[in-house]
Amino acid sequence: MPDAPGLELIRGEIERDCPGAVLATSFDRNQPTLVVAPEQALDVLRWLKEQPGQRYGFLSSLHAADYLPNEPRFAVHYELINRDRVERVRVKAMLADPGDEELPEIDSCVELFPTANAQEREVFDFFGIVFRGHPNLTRILMPDDYVGWPQRRDFPVGGEPVTFTHTEARYD
Amino acid sequence: MTDRTAEVGLSADLLNEDLVDDRDREIMTVNVGPHHPATHGVLRLVVDLEGEMVRELRPVIGYVHTGIEKSCETQSYWKVIPFVERMDYVSYFFQMEAYCGAVERLVDLEIPPRAKYLRTIFLELNRIHSHLVWLGTTALDLGAISMLWYCFRERDKILDLFEMATGQRMHTRYFQVGGVIEDIPVGWEKKCMAFAEEMPIRVGQYEDLLDRNEVFLQRTKGVGIVSRERLLELGVTGPLLRAAGEPWDLRKATPYLAYPEMDFKIPVGTVGDNYDRYRVRVAEMVESSRIVKQALEALPDGPFIADDRKYVLPPRSELSTSMESLIHHFKLVTEGFRVEPGEVYYAIENPRGELGCFVLADGSAKPSRVHFRDPSFVNLQAFRDMAVGTYVADMIASLGMLDPILGGVDR
Repeated sequence: MPDAPGLELIRGEIERDCPGAVLATSFDRNQPTLVVAPEQALDVLRWLKEQPGQRYGFLSSLHAADYLPNEPRFAVHYELINRDRVERVRVKAMLADPGDEELPEIDSCVELFPTANAQEREVFDFFGIVFRGHPNLTRILMPDDYVGWPQRRDFPVGGEPVTFTHTEARYD
Repeated sequence: MTDRTAEVGLSADLLNEDLVDDRDREIMTVNVGPHHPATHGVLRLVVDLEGEMVRELRPVIGYVHTGIEKSCETQSYWKVIPFVERMDYVSYFFQMEAYCGAVERLVDLEIPPRAKYLRTIFLELNRIHSHLVWLGTTALDLGAISMLWYCFRERDKILDLFEMATGQRMHTRYFQVGGVIEDIPVGWEKKCMAFAEEMPIRVGQYEDLLDRNEVFLQRTKGVGIVSRERLLELGVTGPLLRAAGEPWDLRKATPYLAYPEMDFKIPVGTVGDNYDRYRVRVAEMVESSRIVKQALEALPDGPFIADDRKYVLPPRSELSTSMESLIHHFKLVTEGFRVEPGEVYYAIENPRGELGCFVLADGSAKPSRVHFRDPSFVNLQAFRDMAVGTYVADMIASLGMLDPILGGVDR
């Protein structure tokens, strides 16, 4: 892990190459986190992956969370790891809810990290976050014709009818 | 050789070479699964075949999606444990460790040394168990039926050990936030040691059955090769990556529990074909037995769960004598403990790779988000690279060697 001053150094270097990209840093519970502007998230990820001396080249996890009732509401988390120094850093892009059935959008990082393909589909499936430039952004775990974004905090639990062979008609 | 064309009623035109070629080039789309023993769970594959060659492949998942992550958000922290166990139903101890470890980091709770050692022992037993299920079923896919019976014989001994210590053979709910729920019973250590000593001998017997088996070698050597670079791009971890020659293991890289004190090796392969994958996993079983043995020998005395009444249930005996304990017990059971807002990602090495658990706390007694980075889910992306350009039969072999657990993929 980069320590807290190390994280500030990374922030300073990113600030030089992509001005305004890093909005905040946090070092909560020994987990270094860069909070970035969603429009520049891809630039920061590319910088962290390709900059000599950084080389956070392995995306170990991509997931999202819903911070309701906080604003901005959604966040996409990228858990990066530098496998030579065994250092982890989290990049967090906060996304506001555009409201009115519209979906929040962020650039896809599939070209940078091909592993993100399935994980971005999972985030889209559960949170309705659109990844611009994703090669095949469809539902992955929920049925294709499902309506709603089940992992959002305002999506209720329960009440989901279960379709069996002889109850299909009832739920049509 | 006589011309039998007329005899079987075929016109000479049909045997014209161009036409035969055309017929072979025809692409046929075949659906494999979702319910089929060879898919190791409820996995559907849409496969484009040219003759017997796989030309394109699309895995379709989600058939056993049960919304476990969503359900976790409606439970208090300690009630989440049995939910997450049921994701990857072959390596349940690992989910418990990932989740409990993440919560312990959220509340900054140090677990006692005995709990660390006990957890390490159970995790490694579970790793052997998981690899045994893999070896039995994958060898079965390759036609070696007897392997299944031998592997499940040893697996049953592990389940007996689990049952003796925890009361359950699977989904034991043994790990708690702060340690383990109860100490191991009298006689368990001896029984476990006997198993740890027997296991390497059994692994030697499996190798005798498979390593010089011509059919097995022909079916695995040089099949399903994916380069190290490509695997890293795809985020693949675990035995698949190590078989391609990358010694990446979180037990060594970011040591947790009692692993820093253990002496063990990371087996790696060379070319990354199915044979290497088999060799790596078999060697891992031997290393895991060594870890179990060392941990049993060095098992420290002392408490098996942290003594922090804010997060850990007080001992049963205190409830009738101490009012304080009764209050803590009541609060913990009815409401659970509250966690200061924050988020933690904690990753451990599961039998299939990096198992990461992300827990987001919002200050209440229930987690606001629990996400599991399941290695099967990520590793499945490498399946296309493994199978395209091989025969259908090799595709099934590669799927077995990939070892996805669909409960973990779909969660």
